Amino acid sequence: MEKHLKVSAIKEGTVIDHIPADQLFKVIDILGLSHSENQITFGTNLDSKLLGKKSIIKIADRFFKNEDIDRIALIAPQAKINVIHNFEVVEKRVLSVPPTIRGIVKCMNPVCVTNHQPVETLFTTNRENGEIRLLCHYCEKETSDKNIKIISNV
Amino acid sequence: MPRHLISIHDFTKEDMLDVLRMAAEFEKNPSQPIFHDKVIASIFFEPSTRTRLSFETAANRLGARVIGFSDADNTSVSKGETIKDTIKMVSNYADLIVMRHPLEGSARYASEVSRVPVINAGDGANQHPSQTLLDLYSIQKTQGTLNNMKIDVVGDLKYGRTVHSLLQAMSHFSPSFTFTAPEELKLPEEYKIFLKERGIPFKETDGLTDGFSDADIIYMTRVQRERFTDPIEYERVKNVYSLNASMLEGTKPGMKILHPLPRVNEISYDVDDSNHAYYFEQARNGVYTRMAIIAKLLGEK
Repeated sequence: MEKHLKVSAIKEGTVIDHIPADQLFKVIDILGLSHSENQITFGTNLDSKLLGKKSIIKIADRFFKNEDIDRIALIAPQAKINVIHNFEVVEKRVLSVPPTIRGIVKCMNPVCVTNHQPVETLFTTNRENGEIRLLCHYCEKETSDKNIKIISNV
Repeated sequence: MPRHLISIHDFTKEDMLDVLRMAAEFEKNPSQPIFHDKVIASIFFEPSTRTRLSFETAANRLGARVIGFSDADNTSVSKGETIKDTIKMVSNYADLIVMRHPLEGSARYASEVSRVPVINAGDGANQHPSQTLLDLYSIQKTQGTLNNMKIDVVGDLKYGRTVHSLLQAMSHFSPSFTFTAPEELKLPEEYKIFLKERGIPFKETDGLTDGFSDADIIYMTRVQRERFTDPIEYERVKNVYSLNASMLEGTKPGMKILHPLPRVNEISYDVDDSNHAYYFEQARNGVYTRMAIIAKLLGEK
């Protein structure tokens, strides 16, 4: 296969690589990229040895705090974060699942108070056999990673 | 920060024993107007006559004045007021709030916006911790101890919140359990894992009387029609899970039958006269236990 970039390189900023192809739009939601003023390129359904099909996001002139970027570990735990300065990768970050998640995720229990009243959701995270489970601070029910619904930052 | 009782996990073993000790004192002398200068709000967003009367009796026996409502229909809630605003308002007036609400997690949320202690009197199918504490009080009172009890839990073990809270609370006191339930209503896996992690032995069966002979406590729960996908299965189970007096032969003399009430047909009326029947006394114990919970949270005893 010819070796050239399908998504053009950036000079300064952050590249989020190895996002499972079907999780791209959730990552966009979690990071609130739909309101960003930065130049952003998205690629999706790109070939990946690791994932089959992957997505990639390149955000120019933007750098994330760990606690912000770690939130995507919920849906794309194998994503790689590359920090770019002057076209060079100067830092590779590995995601870690944060112990608590505030906001972002909707509780899957339809009678949970957070789905009916203006209450921000709050979960503690548990990892079991590679699966992430979120325990709701309010209704005490678990939401598994397969059922994670992102609350859009619109 | 006021202390609340929202979930049974909020209380340590010592807290629970403290409540049971105070409940025993209140039982000896049920009229102790130690809170004659207090106002207790009893706010019930959905009706629950039994729980509300029990809490309000407890408040009155402690000398407190009670304000509140018994359903949300004629309140500002029906005008669209949020839980937060209702609690902010009520916590300006009262020294303690007893709250029942159909949404799960509503009591936890209320405790986060309230200036005064909140007692959860039931948040949907989630938690009802005062029921659990009165169950513990009833077990201790009838058996003389909470330790090493053999408890046969019967009925709806899948959805019954009293069952889940009871086994979590009893896990401090090295019990052994028999779980008796029809296939559709068996105990969820997460609770079995909870017990295994703590080394608490249990058996599972679907035969109603299988766990009777060596039980110290038979804890009956209501099997509700709406839990079944197949109405014919419900009819079958309803008839099978009906306890009558003849089934009690050969049980331990000190064995007691508990039930959170209301019962429908899972305990037939001929059991009421048996020495084993304890469900009505259990309800009376609820008043003493709730007096103790109020006293603990208001910190006066």
